[in-house]
Amino acid sequence: MLGLTGAGAALGVAGFAGGFATRAATADDTTPPAKYPFFGAHQAGIATPAQDRLHFAAFDVTTTDRQELVTLLRAWSMAAARMTAGESASAEETSYDAPPADTGEADGLPASGLTITIGFGPGLFRDASGKDRFGIAARAPKALRTLPHFPGDNLDAARSGGDLCIQACADDPQVAVHAVRNLARIGFGTVALRWSQLGFGRTSSTSTSQATPRNLFGFKDGTANLKAEDPDLLDKHVWVARGDDSGAEWLAGGSYLVARRINMQIETWDRTSLREQETNIGRDRANGAPLSGGTEFSAVDFAMKGRGGTPIIDPRSHVRLAHPSTNGGVQMLRRGYNFTDGSNALGRIDAGLFFIAFVRNPDTHYIPMQTRLASQDRLQEYLQHTGSGLFAVPPGADEGSYVGASLFEGR
Amino acid sequence: MNRRLSLLLAGPVIAGTTLVGCTSNSPSGAGNGELTVTSTATECQVSANSAPSGTVVFKVKNTGNEVTEFYLLASDGLRIVGEIENITPQLTRDLVVQVPPGKYYTSCKPGMVGNGVQAAFTVTDSGKKLEATGDDKALITTATGLYASYVKDQTDKLLSGTESFVKAYKAGDFDKARALYAPTRIYWERIETVAESFGDLDPSMDAREADLEPGQKWTGWHKIEKDLWPPKTGYTALTAAERNSVADQLLKDTRTLHSRTRTQTYTVDGMGNGSKGLLDEVATGKVTGEEETWSHTDLWDFQGNVDGAKVAFENLRPILTKKDPALETSVATKFTALQKVLDKHRKGDGFKLYTELSKTEIKELSDAVNALSEPLSKVTAAVLK
Repeated sequence: MLGLTGAGAALGVAGFAGGFATRAATADDTTPPAKYPFFGAHQAGIATPAQDRLHFAAFDVTTTDRQELVTLLRAWSMAAARMTAGESASAEETSYDAPPADTGEADGLPASGLTITIGFGPGLFRDASGKDRFGIAARAPKALRTLPHFPGDNLDAARSGGDLCIQACADDPQVAVHAVRNLARIGFGTVALRWSQLGFGRTSSTSTSQATPRNLFGFKDGTANLKAEDPDLLDKHVWVARGDDSGAEWLAGGSYLVARRINMQIETWDRTSLREQETNIGRDRANGAPLSGGTEFSAVDFAMKGRGGTPIIDPRSHVRLAHPSTNGGVQMLRRGYNFTDGSNALGRIDAGLFFIAFVRNPDTHYIPMQTRLASQDRLQEYLQHTGSGLFAVPPGADEGSYVGASLFEGR
Repeated sequence: MNRRLSLLLAGPVIAGTTLVGCTSNSPSGAGNGELTVTSTATECQVSANSAPSGTVVFKVKNTGNEVTEFYLLASDGLRIVGEIENITPQLTRDLVVQVPPGKYYTSCKPGMVGNGVQAAFTVTDSGKKLEATGDDKALITTATGLYASYVKDQTDKLLSGTESFVKAYKAGDFDKARALYAPTRIYWERIETVAESFGDLDPSMDAREADLEPGQKWTGWHKIEKDLWPPKTGYTALTAAERNSVADQLLKDTRTLHSRTRTQTYTVDGMGNGSKGLLDEVATGKVTGEEETWSHTDLWDFQGNVDGAKVAFENLRPILTKKDPALETSVATKFTALQKVLDKHRKGDGFKLYTELSKTEIKELSDAVNALSEPLSKVTAAVLK
């Protein structure tokens, strides 16, 4: 494993810094760079081409000592930089009589495109009683708070919230799980794992080099997603800019991560006619074209009228209500994953979409849209939101520094 | 509350279907004697100009840049044997029709205006017998008529039950109101598909607290339910004025529902989808105990939904017996099986509370619902065949 390190790291840098943005984008490009560097202006795992697997974890901070928290973030950053380069979590050699520093299950596996993205929940700044926990409450971003209750939410407290989050994405589930396991281990005593979620089958494309995947409803998902190849749109809709929040300038270059565990009523959906399914979504199931015609990437025509003058695309279809034109022009970068957690007590498949979106401001880019979807979307009948989290994602760390330095070092 | 059901009944999904021609979009490849039709801006190219009698499938692709339609017309060039509307550019839609031997015309209508581009089409005699449409028509009239009478009867009972319930609640006789709650709501649950087709009444009458939209005023059955079975902590009972207001609104809404159902008419596909929708409603809200959060009387609602689904199915049964006897038997058997499981939980005139059920018992109910729902979901397509 160590042998891979040198050459791999160099390759990774080239791949991220310039490589993938300028590479010819073709649908049949199946060889994305296998490594993304941890350090950089933005954290990896946002505009990085979406990998196939996810292990997302949310933690409660158990320490009351600011220095311990900072030490953890340093340790996490260091371990993350190593693991994303395909190395073991720790360089430390341990005694034969001590447990190994790295848990070992990723030994011999390549980096598999691993990215580790760290975020801060509202509870990191203030506890439930409003107390400033680590002397950073004054610098809490205004938009960082518990998301409001949306109609139809059935949130499980054991799958919601958290003071810190880690999004680990990779093309190999073992590599993603290894990353979270080792970071959780490093954190014992300082943080406690609150909840986590495994995901498979990325449900959106974040690069034009990727074909559009399908969600568990069988439809292509993410056709109209923001793509890494549109840096101007990322600046406009994803990255927090200087001046966005004068009290939280440390977040500039970062983003907000919205996580929602969305259970799908798989069984009732499967008993729904194709006509009804397509009407709910607003797209053709087979090829992903909007029902107003064309191919997958054709612009959606909401004005098109059919027989009797009624709109071809139902005004309450998902595509209509989620479209930027319905949402004041805002867009988000979605990075959701399908999930299946076995079955529930009723013998139904416990499955759905683990929705992750990165937005510049949840107050303008997520909450209004979700409010609209929750009350009007025809698809809502087949969905139940069971988990929720909102995190501020700091900008990327400089080499040798750590994620969150801009907050804790008062940059 | 279930918003899905209202969509099924009120939405455009049902409005367009006719008995003679059922359209569907099958993405799988051609074959089995399917004909392909290419509708361009000016032409209507059909892959063959004849087909054997029986079921004929036209796969219609729109290569023009306007919305197009495809028709199969009778020999007079006027009577529509089958049609498919709203085919948008580059999409493909199927027209499936049952046709006896004879002379026909195919026709594409780019832009949905004018006479269309017609061509002669011949259906040769394959020897297959086609069912007479006259009998079907009579069966449909009977089925939909019976269903309309049923809905009227149930809304009569709902109205008188609600009157008594509201009276007891307003008078502060909570014991009586609690006793009337579930037995009255069962009439609502039996016709839930219909009641919910009136988009304004459903949110006003049957909204659950968790489903409220920001700024939406909470009214209806479940608000009263919470007041009658208040949570142990953190709940302030409604004042007499608030009680009167929510009770009066419920009664007013029930009267509106009652009067609207006097003249409501129904379609077989609406009944089929409604029947399936009622079972979906059981699967989503009742068998999970989410519907009656405070009273836990979910099994009454469960029975109501099953009753309503069964009546719609029974009314459709003569049609289904003709079109798909195997499916008819399967659905009927599974209705009986589900009822048997439900009957185990009867207690007095009603049912056990949801909270009295064991996990195993809930799972058994859920399994029986799944077993019925799967074949039931195929009934609509079968009666339209």
